[in-house]
Amino acid sequence: MFKFIVRRILWLVLVLFVVSLITFTLMHLVPGGPWDREKQLAPQVVDALNKRYGLDKPLYEQFGNFLWGVVQGDLGVSYSFQGRGVTEILLKGLPRTAILGILAFILAQAVGIPFGMAAALKQNSTTDYASVIFSTIFASIPGFVLGILLMILFSVALHWLPTGGWGSPLQLIMPVICLAALPAAQSARITRASTLEVMRQDYVRTARSKGLPENVVRVRHIFRNSLIPVVTVAGPELANLITGSFIIENLFSIPGVGRLFVQGVFARDYGLIMGGVLFYAFAIAILNLVVDVLYAAIDPRIRFD
Amino acid sequence: MTVVTKIETVSARPHHTLWGDAFIRLRRNYLALAGAVFILLLALAAILAPLITPYGFADQNLDEIMESPSWKHPMGTDELGRDAFARLLYGARTSLSVGIFTQFIVIVIGLPIGAISGYAGGKTDNFIMRFVDVMYAFPDILLIILLRSVLGGSIYMLFLAIGLVAWVGVSRLVRGQVLSLKSRDFVSAARAMGGMGNYITWRHLLPNSLGPVIVSITFNIPRAIFAEAALSYIGIGVQPPTPSWGAMIRDGYNLIFAKPHLIIFPAIAIALLLLAFTFLGDGLRDALDPKLRR
Repeated sequence: MFKFIVRRILWLVLVLFVVSLITFTLMHLVPGGPWDREKQLAPQVVDALNKRYGLDKPLYEQFGNFLWGVVQGDLGVSYSFQGRGVTEILLKGLPRTAILGILAFILAQAVGIPFGMAAALKQNSTTDYASVIFSTIFASIPGFVLGILLMILFSVALHWLPTGGWGSPLQLIMPVICLAALPAAQSARITRASTLEVMRQDYVRTARSKGLPENVVRVRHIFRNSLIPVVTVAGPELANLITGSFIIENLFSIPGVGRLFVQGVFARDYGLIMGGVLFYAFAIAILNLVVDVLYAAIDPRIRFD
Repeated sequence: MTVVTKIETVSARPHHTLWGDAFIRLRRNYLALAGAVFILLLALAAILAPLITPYGFADQNLDEIMESPSWKHPMGTDELGRDAFARLLYGARTSLSVGIFTQFIVIVIGLPIGAISGYAGGKTDNFIMRFVDVMYAFPDILLIILLRSVLGGSIYMLFLAIGLVAWVGVSRLVRGQVLSLKSRDFVSAARAMGGMGNYITWRHLLPNSLGPVIVSITFNIPRAIFAEAALSYIGIGVQPPTPSWGAMIRDGYNLIFAKPHLIIFPAIAIALLLLAFTFLGDGLRDALDPKLRR
């Protein structure tokens, strides 16, 4: 177990290194620097700015400096938000993105798992067909399209909810639903499939034939075993929620990490982009690691090797 | 001759090729069929757009700004006086071409890399797969955005950016297929008869792994279409005046209270197109899975 985690962490460090190398290379291939404005800056000013931010040094030295900063938790400086560190900027947006993501994740599982299970327990019933149809629809419609349709219904037509912003719980409802739609559909599909499979297992038949009441069979034998695959996809789902927030945050004007990052892309803010990419890659890798460990913990058939 | 007829009477079901069989199964699946018909009709409408609507996608009529749907403008006009229906039709060209052309890039890169990795095994396989793992860890949309800013604004570069990110999944899939196929008896037989590596890969391994690849491509198309719409919505997709559904949503967003129809039509169009591809993909998966054959 310990060895497994250590190896995964080493792998994670390697991945993050390669990710930052790719990002760094790509960013320096981009035509135009961070000082390209509508009004041309004087060459002396550009030189001074380059010197101040260390952009006059050779590339390998810049990359080295960046990595050294990252190790110390400093993701570099932002060029568009004057005088502020990338870490500071991202940490400011993080709680908002995290709240959205966690609420969406809870909502998705709270809706998806019971639906999938009900569908499987009554295979080929109306509930089953409804669950399959809804999960197909929500799995293929992108969140931001759903967001627009919700916005037109609840904000434009009914005037019940605000179109966006941050601060009141009402402003959370639509973004959370949009983010939750896809993982809810995926959870419902997977729960349904795995429940159907577990129901055909010998141990379920044994449990029934030794006279256990149906409820006990369902809770103790079917329910617990059918949740294992659901946990496997939880990692990618969380990762999707994090990157999905990019567009949803823009749509609903939520000042989270995703929206800040997009602003950075528009401003050609190398610092913010590099820091942001690394931040995202790190968050996703950590989430996947946690899910893997959790997965092995709940399923004794899986060994760390 | 007589022997052949005897065999035919013995076999309970008429002989079909894999593809013939798959087509028959697909035809029975009405949702998949509906998806395919919708995609074909949309493609036709996109190609024949100049015959369907008299307006061009960039034609401005400043006397008719932000009009509601009417007989003259079935989906109204936007704030620049452009016909929304014409933009929707030409936008379908953008969406469909992004969906299809990115898949060429995916196949050209992903198929050989996966096949080589699976066939060669050992160190080559290990090296390629570690690289693929790193690509997997890189969040898709981030990499597309990065590539987008490096490659510049043309639509071909957009194909390239999305394609360069999406090949990873296909190469993993092909590798898995090749790994499982290469120990089968018919491959051993081919090798025993003197078939060489390349010959076996192209003649036996790739054709036999084609089914799952086609299914995964069908599911990849809507992902690429979504990526384009999302990028254009944020403002780093196709550049104006090229029409795109994502860009239409972005333009219509400011007018959502005054003229919601400007945003409703492209939103529904994206939803329907993605749904059509999902239905078709589901149908193809069921049709091409030999385990489900009767």
